[in-house]
Amino acid sequence: MSLLELEKLSIRYGNTTVVDNLGFTVGEGESVGLVGESGSGKSQTALAILGLSPRGAQVSGNIRFAGSDLAELSQRELDKLRARRIGIAFQDPSQALNPYLRVGRQLREILVRHGIAKGKDADRQVMAMLERVGLPDTERQFMAYPHQLSGGMRQRVMLASALIAQPDLLIADEPTTALDVTVQAQILDLLEEIRDNTALLLITHDLGIVAGHCERMLVLERGRLVDAGATTALFASPGHAHTRALLAAAPRIDTSDIPDAVHGKSILGVESATVSYEERGSRRLHAVSDVDLSLHVGETLAIVGESGSGKSSLVSAILGLVPMESGCVVYAGSELNGPVERRGKRQARELQLIFQDPIGALNPQMRVRSLVGEPLVVHETQLSSRQRLGRVTEALEQVGLDAGYLERFPHELSGGQAQRVAIARALILRPNVLVCDEAVAALDGSVRQQVLSLLRQVQDETGLAIIFISHDLAVVRSISHRVLVMYMGRFVEVAENDALFRHPRHPYTRALIEAVPVPDPLVPPRKAPLQGEVPSLLKPPPGCVFHPRCPLASDVCRQSCPGARDIDGTRVACHHAD
Amino acid sequence: MLRYTLLRLLGAIPTLLLVIVLAFLMVHAAPGGPFDAERALPADVEANIARAYHLDEPLPQQFLRYLSGLLQGDLGPSFRYRDYTVNELIGAAFPLSLKLGAMAMALALVLGVSAGTAAALRQNSTLDRVVMAFAMTGISIPVFVVAPILVLFLAVKLQWLPAGWSSTTSASRLVLPVITLALPQIAYIARLTRASMIDVLSRDFIRTARAQGLGTMTVVRLHALKPAMLPVLSYMGPAIAAILTGSVVVEEIFGIPGLGQFFVRAAGNRDYTLVLGIVVFYATLIVLLNLVVDILYGVIDPRVRQR
Repeated sequence: MSLLELEKLSIRYGNTTVVDNLGFTVGEGESVGLVGESGSGKSQTALAILGLSPRGAQVSGNIRFAGSDLAELSQRELDKLRARRIGIAFQDPSQALNPYLRVGRQLREILVRHGIAKGKDADRQVMAMLERVGLPDTERQFMAYPHQLSGGMRQRVMLASALIAQPDLLIADEPTTALDVTVQAQILDLLEEIRDNTALLLITHDLGIVAGHCERMLVLERGRLVDAGATTALFASPGHAHTRALLAAAPRIDTSDIPDAVHGKSILGVESATVSYEERGSRRLHAVSDVDLSLHVGETLAIVGESGSGKSSLVSAILGLVPMESGCVVYAGSELNGPVERRGKRQARELQLIFQDPIGALNPQMRVRSLVGEPLVVHETQLSSRQRLGRVTEALEQVGLDAGYLERFPHELSGGQAQRVAIARALILRPNVLVCDEAVAALDGSVRQQVLSLLRQVQDETGLAIIFISHDLAVVRSISHRVLVMYMGRFVEVAENDALFRHPRHPYTRALIEAVPVPDPLVPPRKAPLQGEVPSLLKPPPGCVFHPRCPLASDVCRQSCPGARDIDGTRVACHHAD
Repeated sequence: MLRYTLLRLLGAIPTLLLVIVLAFLMVHAAPGGPFDAERALPADVEANIARAYHLDEPLPQQFLRYLSGLLQGDLGPSFRYRDYTVNELIGAAFPLSLKLGAMAMALALVLGVSAGTAAALRQNSTLDRVVMAFAMTGISIPVFVVAPILVLFLAVKLQWLPAGWSSTTSASRLVLPVITLALPQIAYIARLTRASMIDVLSRDFIRTARAQGLGTMTVVRLHALKPAMLPVLSYMGPAIAAILTGSVVVEEIFGIPGLGQFFVRAAGNRDYTLVLGIVVFYATLIVLLNLVVDILYGVIDPRVRQR
């Protein structure tokens, strides 16, 4: 008998249907992946299973768990089912754990309320659970508040809370989306390890995770189930066009379809850039330490690294948005220094920037026409309003939007359209350098593909040089010519795309690549290549900053910071690279 | 935390100094003086009195004299209550005002928070609408209108409660003044609680708690109440100030011999030192209580504590 059975589940908000006639089952001990793009109804389904649909949702259809119809249960009976029979781990543990309560208290209350344990016994069980999810020093974590833990540790606590009452079914809603790739690998390992016989419903947009961790998969498109079956079978021969599209849009780090090398002349150079911020108590946080960078005409240079690696600080300093403590930026033969306000207009317009959250980056009170035309008002004052409109229309055309978008406001655009507007706004001044800071991270697979090919097309036509900041190595693999790897604000490695991905020289680069889940069920998932998390930038480890997590670390790494060396065209900062 | 407290205390000094200067100037700017009477006194007698109370000195000198007394905790002699110092008068009248204010505040918190929470849990229900309509009324109608209405119905018509202070010695004489004083605060706190509770209940961690099967009561008590109380806590500073000023009116209406009544009389009498003394005393009290509120903020929100 199946543990969970959904039949004709529909969820509506007014006239909008978010889940439409959905039916599937999850058997005891089975692991099932529920995949789809944003807005496909994955999370809505999970909430409906637990009876937690938000206010205003009209839920119809049947949800049966272990034979009983959940609609017929009283609130009390439903509460008894939650945590004890069905546990759930939510996406962003910095929001999903109570910031005002100690971690131990939050876990303990589950045991107490469900009558599983009380008093000292409950404390003991909580400690044991914290130990199982791999939190060191459990006594201290018991007393900690969530904000005192790192992102990975918080997600471990979240999993502990979902599993502490030993449910029969675990629902994990995008459990690793907010995490860095090496930590994501650790959490996925942990999930496999502590699940035992608990059935798993894993909600994700990442086909790589499904491929490695789910026996069966269900594909949702705008609230409808379009495909279902064994993971290996669906990957091999997807039944529905949408599944095929999802698979095609999933970037693969093991692809060989990469851009050809370019040989333009140098346009931007950065030498020993150092950026630091003042912290409380007059300590300085070194976000970027002594990093070099060079960029050529027509080239895409990717900067990769986990959160806190200094990617964004480095480009902010190049653009003059934050002050550089030392080092210099050379653009087209002349030195660029000081804040952007004090740089010449000509220099300012030739370096443009687009951000991760396109809708947030556009002024909500302005129409597309003014948003895209605004840079012209500042930089090309000689244009008549007619000429300006012509240029705006032209820029919109370049990013694949017709004149019908001119009068729209940002909230009337989809994420992909808004990012196109942001790109049009950056390109209208015909810059030579475009900085993309996680510019496709918030976009769904197919839209991401479109934006990436748009960037490639503009580059081919205009010789635009692009700095592409990303945490997603599979995307980087598919778009960049060269890749620069950073860790804790330090230079790690820079190489041509193919050289870096095929022969990573630095152990950190190697770990980053290994940690990326491959969307192919036939490639067995690898164990997390790195343990632990990125240390605080306020207390960087002595010697090589990577040594506490490095598999190759030796005495020399603990004592001295490695300088950059050239090996076969790769520049790398590691004592042990060869 | 100690460092923070000390810094805040130091920061309060300019505020208090400004209050003292302004109050001093305003008291002296008001026409008339403490010793004006129906019948004019002979000029030499008047000059004698003025000399005895240093009123003949130039204003800056009077101010410095007052300030030096203040630094030693001496608020000076009262100009009208001849044999008493201001310290003694405050010491005698304040306990009653404190009792009144504390009871009103406690009532406002208990009723306001419960009504606000109930309304938030049943958003847009009849209960919610009734609570919010009551709150709107409570905020809109001033104390000097509410008090006579309450007296008219509860004391005069229904005769449930005594109308004034001196008509009885039982504790029941506190009821009407406390209700009058608390009413706008109940209303304000109920609205604040409702809004912040609705906000907190929509956060992700509340969904997590509900997904853990904790039940509404536990979710509210354990997970939602603390964060929902933060806006109410920040309102405590202004609320304390409002209750102190409200007590001036309420004590006058009900004839309660508290500090508020002394204040009104002293202002009418041009009792310079007493008016100033009460202003300085209340200002210090408000500054200190605001500091306590800020420290409590850190107790509730662990993220503030670390900063």
